Amino acid sequence: MKAIWRYIKSIVQGVWTLIQGMQVTGHYFFRPKLIITQQYPENRDKLVMFDRFRGEVTMPHNENNEHKCTGCGICEINCPNGSIEVIPITIVGEDGKKKRAIDRHIYHLGMCSLCNLCVKNCPTGAIVMGQRFEHAIWDRSQLTKVLNKPGSKIMEGVKE
Amino acid sequence: MALSIYDFTTLTDAIHESLSRSMSPLAVQAIEWTIIGIAILLFVALFGLFLVYAERKVCAFFQQRLGPMRVGKWGLLQTIADFIKLLMKELILPKQADKFLYNLAPFIVIIVSFLAISVVPFAKGLQALDFDIGIFFVTSVTSVGVIGVLLAGWSSNNKYSLIGAMRSGAQIVSYELSVGLSMLTMVILAGSLQISEIVNAQSTGWFIFRGHIPAVIAFFIFVIAGTAETNRGPFDLAEAESELTAGFHTEYSGIKFAFFFLAEYINLFIVSAMAVTVFLGGWMPLHFGHFEGFNHIMDFIPPIVWFFGKIFLVIFLIMWFKWTFPRLRIDQILALEWKFLLPINLFNIVLMTIIVINGWHF
Repeated sequence: MKAIWRYIKSIVQGVWTLIQGMQVTGHYFFRPKLIITQQYPENRDKLVMFDRFRGEVTMPHNENNEHKCTGCGICEINCPNGSIEVIPITIVGEDGKKKRAIDRHIYHLGMCSLCNLCVKNCPTGAIVMGQRFEHAIWDRSQLTKVLNKPGSKIMEGVKE
Repeated sequence: MALSIYDFTTLTDAIHESLSRSMSPLAVQAIEWTIIGIAILLFVALFGLFLVYAERKVCAFFQQRLGPMRVGKWGLLQTIADFIKLLMKELILPKQADKFLYNLAPFIVIIVSFLAISVVPFAKGLQALDFDIGIFFVTSVTSVGVIGVLLAGWSSNNKYSLIGAMRSGAQIVSYELSVGLSMLTMVILAGSLQISEIVNAQSTGWFIFRGHIPAVIAFFIFVIAGTAETNRGPFDLAEAESELTAGFHTEYSGIKFAFFFLAEYINLFIVSAMAVTVFLGGWMPLHFGHFEGFNHIMDFIPPIVWFFGKIFLVIFLIMWFKWTFPRLRIDQILALEWKFLLPINLFNIVLMTIIVINGWHF
């Protein structure tokens, strides 16, 4: 008798767990708004990448064409692939002191593995990871970029 | 000729008469067979393609995906593109394969599907064959399909194919019992094996309602066993991708693979068509006892719409549990059949017999 009872119980329990499973998938099926697939080329205008996405290394400039880069070269030392070349120049300040600054901050996107080490180690926070990810181009020379804009200079009050 | 979508007998009679006027009976029969053959071929091809699309979409929605979206609007032409691609593929013959059996197997599988479709009652007068042993014909014909599967696995000269075919054999032979017995339960209630009579007997109410408890149990057993017989998930261990690449049709390519693929979906259609015919009233509209107004509105919907509506309902149910449950092991599949479905089924038949003898059904 006990065995029969256990048998019936196993059937009821089995059916109940199966129904629970079907509830989960049924829940998804009747709520198409929960679909997470994105239709990429069509939704290009509205596409927002997540905050920590690493698209490329960029150097933000403010409205006066000023950046925070002191030309210290720590990013170049930290880069495992050698994708960054910092070319410094020496400028003479108003007080007559010699000062190190950047001439060009050259970034080879084609060699970059987007490891984020340069951004992490930048003492002044001059470079950040950008969101743009459509890097396909016809000529690989375009992958070599100068990050500081022409004529830009260092922001006031950035500590060296 | 009054063409009506409520009764196709006028159309078929008209064709028959117009042919008989100018031709000998033999020629008339040949032409009618050809017409039916072409109609079934067209239906199988189109409906099979549509089912593949529907399965991909339904599966995607269960998994919070979109499914095919690129070819045509909502990816509607995707399966047609896939089919054209399959037609252009090279037919590969494995080394040391049994050439004759290897080429024969896909035809056995697809011919079985065609044979089973010929007894499906689509609407009033839209049934190619109406034997007085219709249900018996369906169960016996569908069980021939396993021979095609076994031949495909054996002749491919491939261990995956062979293991898949053996599993499929063990599975189909076991589940045949449940399919037959659950249909037999309803035959007891209907009192006939003829499909048209079974459908007509449900004009006052579908068997699943009239036979209440045993009919509902038989319906669910039929759907489970039918899914297992068509080698669909969660019983698809005959072609378990993760272990056997594609099971018995691993070595097939091009149109021969398409035959297996199409036969799988047509078998899905046949299982749901039989479930609809035997349990859900075939093409009969939904009637509730004495609600005359409601019954009249239901009568207004054409039978063919009723039939396909119910078909899609059952197909959706089968797809639902395919994309929910994980695949069973071979011992679990056999335990489910021999320890659970078969005893319940035998008990269910006794219950149905008692109910029918005492007149406790509606």
